[in-house]
Amino acid sequence: MARPAPASAAALPAESNAVARLALAEQLIASDDAAECAQRAVDWLARHAAAKAAVCALVDPETDELRALAGFGITPAQLKRLSVHRDEGAHPVAFALSGPTPIVFANGKARGPPPLGPGPFVAVPLPIAERPEARVGILLAAPPSPELEREARWLADALGQKLVHLRAMRRAVESEHRLQRERELLLSVINSVPDPVLLTDTEGRIIISNSRADALFVARDEQSEGRQRAVTLNNMLFSAALSSQAIDEPEAARRELLLVNPTEGTDLLFELLSTTVQHPREGTGFVSILRNVTDLRAATEQIEENYRKLRIAEADVRAERDRLDLVIDSVADPILVTDASGKILLMNAPAERLFTAPEGSGDDMQRAVRTNDAHFSSFVSNVFLSGGASRFRGEISLADPQAARPLPVEAISGKVLSEHGEVTAVVTILHDHTEALDKARLYEQLERASKELQEKVREATAELVRRNELLQRQAIELEQASQLKSQFLANMSHEFRTPLNAILGYTSMLLQGVNGEMTPPQKKNLGRVDSNAKHLLNIINDLLDISRIEAGKMPLHLEQFELPTLLGELLAEVEPLIQKARLSATTELTGDLPAVQGDRQKVKQIVLNLLTNAIKFTPQGAIRVSAGYDATRDEISLAVKDSGIGIAENDQQKIFDDFRQADDSVTRQYGGAGLGLSICRRLANMLAGRIIVESKLGAGSTFTLHVPREGRRP
Amino acid sequence: MTPEPLVLVVDDFQDNREMYAEYLAFSGFRVIQAANGKEALDQAFANRPDIIIMDLSLPVMDGWEATRRLKADQRTNAIPVVALTGHAMQGHSKGAMEAGCDSFVAKPCLPDQLVAEIRKMLSTPRVNAAKAGG
Repeated sequence: MARPAPASAAALPAESNAVARLALAEQLIASDDAAECAQRAVDWLARHAAAKAAVCALVDPETDELRALAGFGITPAQLKRLSVHRDEGAHPVAFALSGPTPIVFANGKARGPPPLGPGPFVAVPLPIAERPEARVGILLAAPPSPELEREARWLADALGQKLVHLRAMRRAVESEHRLQRERELLLSVINSVPDPVLLTDTEGRIIISNSRADALFVARDEQSEGRQRAVTLNNMLFSAALSSQAIDEPEAARRELLLVNPTEGTDLLFELLSTTVQHPREGTGFVSILRNVTDLRAATEQIEENYRKLRIAEADVRAERDRLDLVIDSVADPILVTDASGKILLMNAPAERLFTAPEGSGDDMQRAVRTNDAHFSSFVSNVFLSGGASRFRGEISLADPQAARPLPVEAISGKVLSEHGEVTAVVTILHDHTEALDKARLYEQLERASKELQEKVREATAELVRRNELLQRQAIELEQASQLKSQFLANMSHEFRTPLNAILGYTSMLLQGVNGEMTPPQKKNLGRVDSNAKHLLNIINDLLDISRIEAGKMPLHLEQFELPTLLGELLAEVEPLIQKARLSATTELTGDLPAVQGDRQKVKQIVLNLLTNAIKFTPQGAIRVSAGYDATRDEISLAVKDSGIGIAENDQQKIFDDFRQADDSVTRQYGGAGLGLSICRRLANMLAGRIIVESKLGAGSTFTLHVPREGRRP
Repeated sequence: MTPEPLVLVVDDFQDNREMYAEYLAFSGFRVIQAANGKEALDQAFANRPDIIIMDLSLPVMDGWEATRRLKADQRTNAIPVVALTGHAMQGHSKGAMEAGCDSFVAKPCLPDQLVAEIRKMLSTPRVNAAKAGG
């Protein structure tokens, strides 16, 4: 059994140990770690109290089990084995723990395995001064000696106090950590609430708030002035609401609170729910939850507005419907509105006449109405099946139930589509087709008549074309005939010339006395043969000229010539005739006469012809040939003036016709075939010129040829 | 003494041919005659006349063709040919010149006019006047 260690041992420390105790005490005070303190303690015992082995064990406050904390002079396995529950009273260690004083255990006396190996040991509870249940551990040391007991007792006291203190400190830190976690948890809970949540005191000061509440009620100094003001205002509004609530209705209540959004400056409407809380230490406070109902109110207002609009729209629709009814009823043609199942939803009075039978009407009428209905239903179902086209047109053979006569109608249907494109209704208007059919019949007749007319016009046109062709053919034939005539004349002139050549030749020879001298009467008569033959030759030449001109076989020969020279030649050629006729002839050149570019031979032929005519028709007197130039028209003029018999005004154009003289009777008197002027006119035309006659019967004539100074080929 | 110039008169119309022949003889020329182009060639090759009076519308061979052949033959190409025709149309004189005629006289042509033309032609110096076998 154990015996209590003598108490005096601790009371009388050796002088040397006082210093060691002080050093250890300082070390213990400086350390905050229990294990370190324990290790230093057992080491100190070994060094200063001659302990061979020492162990410091602590009671786990959770399990009440004793565990070794530090040891000296024993194996780790022994250290580990030293694990005892506080309630195992039979165990020496557990026993010593609850004992009042240090106990010395003799060798082998204690139950269980010896904690420090074989041999006696001392067990000192830590701290000795405490009540057994409040002790935190035990100090074991061996071998027992008075010195060891004394030192162990002191150590147990000092170490015990330290360990108790460390344990209390750890508890406080742990508690603080727990509280901190709990507070964080609480804050995260209230921050996760989507509504602003606040705990305020009776003055309205915020004790706890979540972030959403902070957004409304807290402004930091660096934030904008507007925000500061908004936050101040919000705090005032909130405090006012709380205090009025505290007065009016102390129990939890809902009320509306209008605040300002500090960020945007807009109004925010909240529903405020406040509850009074009593806290034993903090006193009375309020927990407030604010719910944003701004959107809710806007939505409510929107719903009200929509409802109002709906009512207006309904009224409009009603008015529209009334108007539509009026319109439909005022249309003379039947109108029907059918739903998707073919049921008639609406019809006007004319439609009713066709599709409803009045009460008490006869069987015939009922039957007609049913037949109409069947035809119409069939038509409408076709409309529904008609696919894409929004309009549908068709003909329905209805009957007029009242007049009991067939009523062909043209039906035009329009589909009423929903916004999803489904056909919701069909509106059909029926148009009396009787008239249209009559019109079609009339139109057919008209068309037939028109076709007949067209046919006649076509025949007439064909006839016209035929006649035109005939005329053209005739024109061609005429042209050919004219050509043939010209050719004929040309051939004839050749045929005439050949014998004339012989006549003229032989006559000339006879007159020259080739075959011997002739008597004067023979010469005179032969002279007549000669002159007649020459006259005949002239006529033939004239005919040839005309045929050549008409056949287009008389080309222009343009050359440059001088008028004075030409006039001289002309006068020289007619000189014998003039002398023979005992006339006088003069020429007159007026102004500067430019050189002429033209067909000299033809100009000469014309003027020669005019001259011979003048000589022929001037029994006595003078002939004057004059040449002039009109610069403005760039024309030359050659005039032949005589003092002859003249030409009556009526005859002045006729004389240019073929085979004409002014008076046919003069032909006999003056001779000539009357082709000269005709040829002159044709030649003048070829030269792009003209011949103008001025004359008076019995007072002479003037024939003037005008031609361009510069001739051009046609 | 230089013999009088020999004139070949070609005309199918006997009266005209003989009329000119008589008058030319009367005027001092020697005259030979032909009634168509073929005869004219024969006469010309045979007698080498100094000048030929050639009617153009002729049977057997017309005056244009005869003239072409005369002018193509070196024996006769130097002999002046005076075309003589009653066809006073443009085409005739042009065709005659193209065939090689040296001058053109339209019928009716009085015998004394023809003589004047012949004298004029004979007096005109000719470039290739060298007469073969002259």
